[in-house]
Amino acid sequence: MENTVKQIVEKYNTNRNRLMDMLIDIQESEGYISRDAIATLSQLLEMSQADVEQTLSFYHFFSTKPRGKYAVYLNNSPVAYMFGREAIKEAFEKSAGVRFGEVTSDGKIGLFDTACIGMNDQEPAAIINNMVFTRLTPYRVRELVKMMKEDKPIEELRKESFGDGKNYLPSLRSMVSSNIRRKGMILSDDYHFGTVLREKLPTLSPEGVIGEIKHSAIRGRGGAGFPTGLKWEFCRRAKGDKHYVVCNADEGEPGTFKDRVILTEKPELVFEGMALAGYAIGGEEGILYIRYEYRYMKDYLEEVLHKMRKEGLLGTNISGIEGFNFDIRIQFGAGAYVCGEESALLESLEGKRGEPRDKPPFPVERGYLGYPTIINNVETFATAVRIVQNGGEWFTQFGTDDSTGTKILSISGDCMFPGVYEVNWGFNVEDMLDMVGAYDVQAVQVGGPSGTLIGPDEFHRTLGYSDLSTGGSMIIFGKQRNLLRDVVVNFMEFFIDESCGSCSTCRNMTQVMNNKLKKILAGKGVANDLKDLKEWGRVLNASRCGLGQTAANPIISSLKNFRPLYEALLQKDKDFDEGFDLEKSVQASCSYVGRVPVFNHH
Amino acid sequence: MIRNPLEAILNSNKREEKTMSKPVVATTSLAGCFGCHMSLLDIDERILTLIELVEFNKSPVDDIKTFTKAVDIGLIEGGVCNSENVEVLKSFRKHCKILVSVGECAIMGGLPALRNGIPVEECLHEAYIGGPTVQLNKDGIMPNDDELPMLLDKVYPCHEIVKIDYFLPGCPPRADLIWDALVALVTGDPMKLPYEVVKFD
Ligand SMILES: Cc1cc2nc3c(=O)[nH]c(=O)nc-3n(C[C@H](O)[C@H](O)[C@H](O)COP(=O)(O)O)c2cc1C
Ligand code: SF4
Ligand code: SF4
Repeated sequence: MENTVKQIVEKYNTNRNRLMDMLIDIQESEGYISRDAIATLSQLLEMSQADVEQTLSFYHFFSTKPRGKYAVYLNNSPVAYMFGREAIKEAFEKSAGVRFGEVTSDGKIGLFDTACIGMNDQEPAAIINNMVFTRLTPYRVRELVKMMKEDKPIEELRKESFGDGKNYLPSLRSMVSSNIRRKGMILSDDYHFGTVLREKLPTLSPEGVIGEIKHSAIRGRGGAGFPTGLKWEFCRRAKGDKHYVVCNADEGEPGTFKDRVILTEKPELVFEGMALAGYAIGGEEGILYIRYEYRYMKDYLEEVLHKMRKEGLLGTNISGIEGFNFDIRIQFGAGAYVCGEESALLESLEGKRGEPRDKPPFPVERGYLGYPTIINNVETFATAVRIVQNGGEWFTQFGTDDSTGTKILSISGDCMFPGVYEVNWGFNVEDMLDMVGAYDVQAVQVGGPSGTLIGPDEFHRTLGYSDLSTGGSMIIFGKQRNLLRDVVVNFMEFFIDESCGSCSTCRNMTQVMNNKLKKILAGKGVANDLKDLKEWGRVLNASRCGLGQTAANPIISSLKNFRPLYEALLQKDKDFDEGFDLEKSVQASCSYVGRVPVFNHH
Repeated sequence: MIRNPLEAILNSNKREEKTMSKPVVATTSLAGCFGCHMSLLDIDERILTLIELVEFNKSPVDDIKTFTKAVDIGLIEGGVCNSENVEVLKSFRKHCKILVSVGECAIMGGLPALRNGIPVEECLHEAYIGGPTVQLNKDGIMPNDDELPMLLDKVYPCHEIVKIDYFLPGCPPRADLIWDALVALVTGDPMKLPYEVVKFD
């Protein structure tokens, strides 16, 4: 073991900033990260064991105990439940003979829950040893477990055909489907990769590129919607020996999977966009930060990068432009939604816990390793290429005045055709539902758990930064669904699990609010509870990052738009009920110290 | 010049020849560290204005032990860890028109609630038998006199025992926040909550 760790540490030049890679490699080769491995790491890297453990303990996919020869991670998003997760879970537990959270005594099979793995259009889905198994059924689960017990290689476990699009490629060999159901400028096949780097850049200065991006008025596609041109300009102007380009492919918001599809079908476009950005800001290094759930794409993406290097689209003096040097490396996360937040992402890139930084300074001034850094979403980089190809002016004809261009939506839930749809901004929800074949719709979760839950009264609203802003996650719930029990609680528990814990608001209020919601669901609620929920939700605005600031949204937006669902559950004859029972609560301590409880009921 | 809103009320009260009776305030510390009371005292010279403006009833500030009249505003520091806390809190609810949870302990249970993840039996064992500082308790005597409050299974925030009307966050809440809240409650004006007062870093 010591030797393995040593080799791994050397592979990354004994560079502490690459601790994530080292831990991933150890976890993958040993199945866990032992005390000894931690000790060796801390010795070789000259950092304290506590520092190694800090990082290790932060991420869902790292473990100090063996996770089993086959580690099964079953998605627990609401859509997984809607498509039969309970039955899948039961089948796994029954045939493996252990409960979720445990490993079989022979160390073969471990069962674990995991947050949305970006397969919402093909649930129920699980990751087993980095291979994604989609559309699971109890029969398939029994078969899988049987094969695991027989120690079959993971490749043999797959009986399904390859997914559509490029998923059949030898370096992917995945059963995941891309499900592209509507193409626009980004997903279309009429762009020849490399055209912008080869033909446009020699005619454009970096300022010229930024000018086109600014003119296009494109705003970030990751959710927050910051103007991309401005971000690049700030970064270009910021002083620093180096500048970095980071692509955010963490895609952790439950219900979104469009970045997976873009990276599967158009990775060249994304990498070209990163190189373009490097040219614009004067940076030579790009990093793709991608969630561990997409580990199955590693070889494929490396291969694409390799090919681009061979074709001269990455490397030195790209397109014959003197001094235009740019290359990209891939950094995997290890299971932490908050690492999609840009400053947490930077911490993670530096090998640390993914705790968001205080801002300012913003990453454009002090980002990766303290150097000016731009961080953009996968889709933003891909779009930037088409903008520079055709000009900022051309771009503004798509979408609306304040939301130019197209948006790629990840649509899932109760509809005939879940998948990825590229539409112009300004699309309204009604049309969207008709487009995907969604009938008898009770609600749509726009923008994932951190977004809003809307009902039919609001289906006339349009997608755009000034109305329904979204990073692209659209989850549809039919009339038959219990929104509060099956959706809102699930989303609250997602935030509870994913809070990094720095702010007491985000760490505590999510719990407190969820407890109150559960109390209401148990029939113990009173009218005041709804007032409390609304008020307490505001407290979360004091949190440091977007996770905490939006963590009450599942409750707040359902309370706003589906109030009757709550009201129907309240006790009408009481105005206070927290269910506190003095006699019960002193029982344990009294019997332990040997006294008979005495109550003076006045 | 009038320096603060409370003085303004004070002056107007004077002009009205003290026909209005003073608002009555009560305070208590349950499972708290008295830090929140310290923070209340930290309003500096404004304490003089306060004392002229409001009347204190049951409170450590004036050492009145039991309620002697109806109270307008009750300030609660600390969470609820034993049966006595429950009793005191319930009597505050009974006597006070408005109850305010002051500080993290009252709102969330705070530091004492760190024991909530540990069974109460283990806590007692550690405190009286197993802990490194209790060697002198050779007979393993446990606090079981009827006079002693009974320990609850966990530390509860106040609003899980009685209805709480307002919450002042902080550990302790800043003196200015407590002051502003009192002003708002007494004047009935809406309270200003600038981000700086409630933010966390
Ligand atoms: C909790 C949290 C998670 C986030 N996750 C992602 C993500 O997975 N992908 C993404 O592009 N942006 C995510 N963001 C937004 C990023 O912080 C950042 O705004 C974005 O990457 C900037 O790129 P853009 O301007 O191109 O959208 C997240 C933000 C928060 C607060
Ligand atoms: S808001 Fe939540 S996730 Fe964000 S920094 Fe604070 S505790 Fe961490
Ligand atoms: S909130 Fe802080 S200051 Fe107030 S009682 Fe609790 S520990 Fe003490």
